[in-house]
Amino acid sequence: MSVFFYGSAIIAILATLMVITRTNIVHALLYFIVSLLAIAVIFYTLGAPFAAALEVIVYAGAIMVMFLFVVMMLNLGQVTQDQEKAWLVPSIWIGPSIMAVPLLIEVLYAINLQQEQMAHTVIGAKEVGASLFGPYVLAVELASMLLLAGLVGAFHLARK
Amino acid sequence: MLKGLLHQLNIYWSQIVSLYLVFMHLFHKADTVEYPDVKPFTFPRWRGRIILTRDPDGEERCVACNLCAVACPVDCIALQKTEDEEGRWYPEFFRINFSRCIMCGFCEEACPTHAIQLTPDFEMAEYVRQDMVWEKEHMLIDGTGKYHDYNFYKVAGKAIGGKGKGEALDELPPTDRRSLMP
Amino acid sequence: MFSFQVGSLLNIALILGTVLGAAALLIWVERRLLGFFNDRLGPNRVGPFGILQSVADVIKLITKEDWIPPFADKLPFVVAPIILPIVMLLSFAMIPFAPGVGIIDMNIGLLFVMAMAGLAAYSAMLGGLASNNKFALLGGLRAAGQMISYEVFLGISLLGVVILSDSFSLRGIVEAQSDGWYVFPQFIGFMVFMVAALAESHRWPFDLPEGEAEIISGFNTEYSGMKFGLFFVGEYIGMLFMACLIPVLFFGGWHAPFGLEFGNEIISGLFWMAAKTSVFIGFFVLVRAALARPRYDQLMSYGWLVMLPLSLLNLLITGAIVLMQGS
Repeated sequence: MSVFFYGSAIIAILATLMVITRTNIVHALLYFIVSLLAIAVIFYTLGAPFAAALEVIVYAGAIMVMFLFVVMMLNLGQVTQDQEKAWLVPSIWIGPSIMAVPLLIEVLYAINLQQEQMAHTVIGAKEVGASLFGPYVLAVELASMLLLAGLVGAFHLARK
Repeated sequence: MLKGLLHQLNIYWSQIVSLYLVFMHLFHKADTVEYPDVKPFTFPRWRGRIILTRDPDGEERCVACNLCAVACPVDCIALQKTEDEEGRWYPEFFRINFSRCIMCGFCEEACPTHAIQLTPDFEMAEYVRQDMVWEKEHMLIDGTGKYHDYNFYKVAGKAIGGKGKGEALDELPPTDRRSLMP
Repeated sequence: MFSFQVGSLLNIALILGTVLGAAALLIWVERRLLGFFNDRLGPNRVGPFGILQSVADVIKLITKEDWIPPFADKLPFVVAPIILPIVMLLSFAMIPFAPGVGIIDMNIGLLFVMAMAGLAAYSAMLGGLASNNKFALLGGLRAAGQMISYEVFLGISLLGVVILSDSFSLRGIVEAQSDGWYVFPQFIGFMVFMVAALAESHRWPFDLPEGEAEIISGFNTEYSGMKFGLFFVGEYIGMLFMACLIPVLFFGGWHAPFGLEFGNEIISGLFWMAAKTSVFIGFFVLVRAALARPRYDQLMSYGWLVMLPLSLLNLLITGAIVLMQGS
């Protein structure tokens, strides 16, 4: 399992790097989808198949499709690509990189610490559901209120 | 409310009915004619491939009068007149470009000697476009086509070898103009 | 490794071969059946009864020029047609064909199927977007909207089955139906799933992403050769998959109706599974032959105003009844 974990982790990191450095937004989205799929595999190897499936269904299957949908509407061409290229100069990278490196070190350290605990209590759909509507029911209700507000807002905007 | 609901139900019902009706077509006989295996019947006067016929004596009927070429709306007929020693007229060449021919049959109607005729054959596809140009030897058949007894030179007044003036069918001998006295 | 159990190599090879062969055969079956529905004969020239028509089609598609338009975005253009068949074949790994016949038995099988159905949308979308052609873009837009919308009802209509069988595993769902098919308690769910499955695999009458009459061929307008062939084969594998999934979820999978089992349970199961699948393939073709394509706004309003409330109501009632019986 750890081979799958590290393999998909490397793919996820590489794909995410590609997402950031692409100037063509469609290519960036493609790599983003690959990254999400790799993260789903990580979830699965960590014993959370339900979360893995939801990752693919919700993020890769619905939200990224929405992104692509918007990209289709925007009619982006060579001009935006050139603009993006002009923005992606190395000097902009320095600040975020300096801040990201300690984060990376911390994450690596944390992974090293928990090496033994990486496997294996499988958390299926039932456990997720029970904890969502048991201890975390308030959070679920709040999130649903937020979504309802979003829905009503969208309905209001879509009316003539 | 009830009316709207009934309308909706009617929509679904019509979908189900059309599904049923189309399903029942599974048990109908197909209308397809399997063409290369089953040839369709074509009537004798069907306008298809053009032929050149001979008269009952076995001579070419065509007298190279060019009426067919003139009548042809797409100008696909080309021919050149020549004459033999007897005085009969022949086409030196007779060429039909079937890639242009529209099988209208005007040439057949224009022909004074029943030489050019249309036949029920319509399978004329070729792989090479040049093969669509037919010469006289491709079109000339040995028979008389649709008109068996007609022989132009037997009824026409023109003198040819073996038949002088006034010897044609229903033809009076030529009048001596100098004897035509009142 | 070569024993006859779920996930054995023999099983995988047999299922993969059967699925690919059946998908190729399906192209011929559909055209032939459509012919009969239209009082025609359909393709009957290549091989006995025209059964090798797909072979001829594939030879033609392979020998055609594999043309990438110069204005296309090359990477997504090449990737897009590959996604659909792969995703659909991956979904087939979850299908339990008979006791002991299947590729994998995952406890989140149904969710995996849903995830793969979600990913299938990329094929049409990326293809339409990368073609850089107005009609292809319109087709891609339609595909995106349609597939996102109908995926919602596809998922919700299945939850009734999940509640009844208490399992996300497709094998578990089939085994739970040994004493009664779910089509009876879940009839609304079945109807909604049927329509959503048609829309999800953009089959007629929901083929708006292709919509020949309006937008040429939609998202695959610019595709030629085997790239088009992959779209084509992917669509047929998707149709076959949906026709397999409906019996598994609602019609008791390999369980024989009226106790008509015979012989070995594997053979009997495979036979009944194939029979049920064929019925639904026939139904899909019948729907294609009989029903007219709706307008896009009709499709959307029908989905959100009829299908969504129906499927939610179905879920609610099923959950309530199960809770009442449980207490």
